Amino acid sequence: MADTTTVSPSAGPGTGLVLGLAALFVAVLGLFGPDWLRVPPDWLVWPVSDVVGDGLTWFAREAQIAGMAVQDITRGMAAVVNAPIEAAVIALSEGLFSGRGLNRAQSVPPLSWLAIVGAVAIVAFRLGGRRLCLTVSIGLGFLVVFGLWAEAMVTLASVLVSIVMTCALGLCIGICSFRSDRVEAVVRGIMNVMQTLPIFAYLIPTLLLFGYGPAAALIATVAYALPPMVHNTVLALKTVPNELVECGHVAGCTNRQLLWQVQLPASLAGIAVGLNQAIMMTLNMVIIASMIGAGGLGFEVLTALRKLDIGVGLEAGMGIVALAVVLDRISQAWARRAAEGGRRRPGQRPLWILVPAWLVLATVVAFLWEPAQTWPKDWAISTASFWNGLVSWMNRELYESLEAFRAFVLLNIMRPFRDALALMPWSLGAGLIAIIAYWMGGARVALYCAALMMFIVVTGFWAPAMNSVYLMTIAVFLALLFGFPIGFWLASRPALRNPANLMLDTLQTLPTLVYLLPAVMLFRIGDVSAIIAIFLYAIAPAIRYSMIGISQVPHARLEAAAITGCNRWQTLIFIRLPAAVPTLLLGINQTIMMAFSMLVIAALVGTKDLGQQVLIALNRSIVGQGIVAGLCLAALALVADALLKAAAKRAEAQP
Amino acid sequence: MKKILGCAAAMVMAATTAQADVPESDEPIKFMIGDWTSIALQAEIMQIILQTYGYNTETVAADDSGRYPGFEAGDLHVAMETWETTQKQNLAKSLATGKVLDMGETGLKGLEDWWFPTYMKDQCPGLPDWEALKTCGEVFATADTAPKGRYVGGPVTWGGLDEERIEALGLPFEVIHPGTDAAMFAELKAAYERQAPIMLWVWEPHWAPSLYDGEFVQFPAYEDACYEDPSWGVNPDKIADCGKPRGWIKKMAWAGGEEVWPCAYEMVRNYEMDNATLSALLAEVDLEGRDMNEVATEWLMENRSTWEPWAACAQS
Repeated sequence: MADTTTVSPSAGPGTGLVLGLAALFVAVLGLFGPDWLRVPPDWLVWPVSDVVGDGLTWFAREAQIAGMAVQDITRGMAAVVNAPIEAAVIALSEGLFSGRGLNRAQSVPPLSWLAIVGAVAIVAFRLGGRRLCLTVSIGLGFLVVFGLWAEAMVTLASVLVSIVMTCALGLCIGICSFRSDRVEAVVRGIMNVMQTLPIFAYLIPTLLLFGYGPAAALIATVAYALPPMVHNTVLALKTVPNELVECGHVAGCTNRQLLWQVQLPASLAGIAVGLNQAIMMTLNMVIIASMIGAGGLGFEVLTALRKLDIGVGLEAGMGIVALAVVLDRISQAWARRAAEGGRRRPGQRPLWILVPAWLVLATVVAFLWEPAQTWPKDWAISTASFWNGLVSWMNRELYESLEAFRAFVLLNIMRPFRDALALMPWSLGAGLIAIIAYWMGGARVALYCAALMMFIVVTGFWAPAMNSVYLMTIAVFLALLFGFPIGFWLASRPALRNPANLMLDTLQTLPTLVYLLPAVMLFRIGDVSAIIAIFLYAIAPAIRYSMIGISQVPHARLEAAAITGCNRWQTLIFIRLPAAVPTLLLGINQTIMMAFSMLVIAALVGTKDLGQQVLIALNRSIVGQGIVAGLCLAALALVADALLKAAAKRAEAQP
Repeated sequence: MKKILGCAAAMVMAATTAQADVPESDEPIKFMIGDWTSIALQAEIMQIILQTYGYNTETVAADDSGRYPGFEAGDLHVAMETWETTQKQNLAKSLATGKVLDMGETGLKGLEDWWFPTYMKDQCPGLPDWEALKTCGEVFATADTAPKGRYVGGPVTWGGLDEERIEALGLPFEVIHPGTDAAMFAELKAAYERQAPIMLWVWEPHWAPSLYDGEFVQFPAYEDACYEDPSWGVNPDKIADCGKPRGWIKKMAWAGGEEVWPCAYEMVRNYEMDNATLSALLAEVDLEGRDMNEVATEWLMENRSTWEPWAACAQS
């Protein structure tokens, strides 16, 4: 990369001037220099996609390890993974059948809703008292009353199995990398790429290796949810106080005893944060998993939306949210209790007696009274027609003004910005990024960013990548513009904290398609709808982190401000904001990451960016293109991440 | 979906007794379903028949164009729909590997092309004849495509040569590609509710033409030569100066299954369906929101004389 080497490594007061000159040089070279600096020429575009595709196909179809075909090994793994899912599906949702086709009859029913709701409520009461019990009962009751129970239990079965697998794998990898610095460096690199690689990109390789069906869906889900589990495990183990570890050594612990009896229990709270993220991401995957054979609520959402039954799709989507909230709140309560070393109070019966006793009782009730087994269809309530009516009403009444707004924004803001980015020479784009990186973080960051940008150039995805940048920039800008003020506002109103958290969880787990289609009805197919979808998904972390950042300002500083007579605005601008900068930067980072992960979904309404390349590759089963276009998205995300991290360091260095 | 449903009561009817040698294997026969309703509904019907004779079946979701590696590897066994209109070349390529079987036509006729709601005839007189479109660009225009008309095509992966068609026929239109069919019909629904102009790609059998009142544009009829030979048709220099191909919808299967379940394969070959029947069943599922299993079961119970002969090999 010729452009980065023009940057002088000297530091000091002259740096700014040198960097400015370098930027000017790159701009002149890019705009007036030879053609090949503008549009990536053929000799600079290598057939990376083909090589990757051929390699993967060979690996999946022909490669052998120790005399066994890789394909047989992975298929064997898929069969092993399938067994627990099927067992869970039988227990929770389907029961057992005799006969087939027109002669099919149920021989053993699954656990009734009464049994499951009751059992979960009992556990919730023990872990979190009356409040949690009520929340959980409302969540599960929603599934029963809206007639979503059977589908929800299919989803729950696969979600439970994948969460258990994510946990086990995440703990193993986390412990390994905690014990060895070299392993940790490698693992962290892989996890960073995995976190930013869109799931659609590795769907085809997964299908190649594990075959179509629930096992492939489960493995893709685990791969998606693993990074936060690993990161949090490592972090939690590292923050165990040294005194505790020494105490263990003094007591003569072996390494294994130290791990299991000292370090792991002491880091439970931190690991629980990872578990919590894993749960959210697993439920986020439900829709995509149902595209490759997982069934359940995700399939219900898809089929409803395919018929444009937005109301039914919304209800099924809220079912996914309800499952997420129930699983999340219970696991949080469990972690809190475990971290406090919670024990059964005297006089309380142990759960292993209470729960089975309830299951038996409820099964007997369900046997005697049919509605307790299967909630009758006639009793199910639905608000679907209201939502459908609302969307139709908006379509008829508000369309005129929305269309005027759409046309204005599209023609005056979005198109010019898009065209400018598309016309920008690649050398100018990559060079400017490198210069900015050098200014913020020095030579290493600059080299790293330049290498990532060059990856996009040589793989031949520069043009779609610029289209992604255009969508991302607008969506992230809007998310921050609206998200931060909302977060600041919420921070000063503790009473609204709980409902706000519920809202944010809903935004993050409600399948995007549910609001993507109404957006298309009101804003047509195209970039405006895509940006609205990305914006709605990415605003959640913007609100969450700004809320946390502003409300965590140390009290002493606030009091000092009050004494010196600051008014509310002055306190916000001079005291709260500066103190919250690190958290806000993390919030920006997460907003960008979320927006990146939405690009592929937004491609469903017809963008022309990298997400669309991934989607096309998925539809046409082009293994290499999917992976490489996905890696280009990951590269963009990693550049954004590196720049922000460098900015955060600078901010910390000059308080 | 497939197994969950409360079939218990309905199903304990007159048991059709299976012969001792059927099924030949208890291995599940994997039916491909795609992202549109009719293939899933037909798969449901075929599966219930096979299950009645003791076969074990499963459904697996796969992509229309992405299905072929799955079939060649034996991950997918039977697909009830392969459309000549979009999959002709793909199928031919896959058949050439020798790992995939052509299981014969379903009897359904696939039809797809530019489609508009009937109320547009007032604003663009001369429709459905394609020549009318030459002067109607502004009628179908939106702010971002003006003065050209907006035509909502299919996802890029569907092909369809619409850009080429517009150029060859000199139509003042611009193609907008959605990423999924759901987005196309969202636009149709929105426009129809407002009686607003819209022109888009629609196909049959599908629920949309039965719910919304409209017509296909009449382009010069398709011939193979139109897509291959520039000199064919009204434009002597360009291909695609005609409508989209219409044609058969075939069943296909994994070749290896012939030895595992010969009788089941025979039944799949014998399966037949017609546009009117399927459209009626699709309307039940898509418009009435009824359960697919329920609709399929009901049809099978009422039409035993139709499908029982397909299963002759299991009854002998």
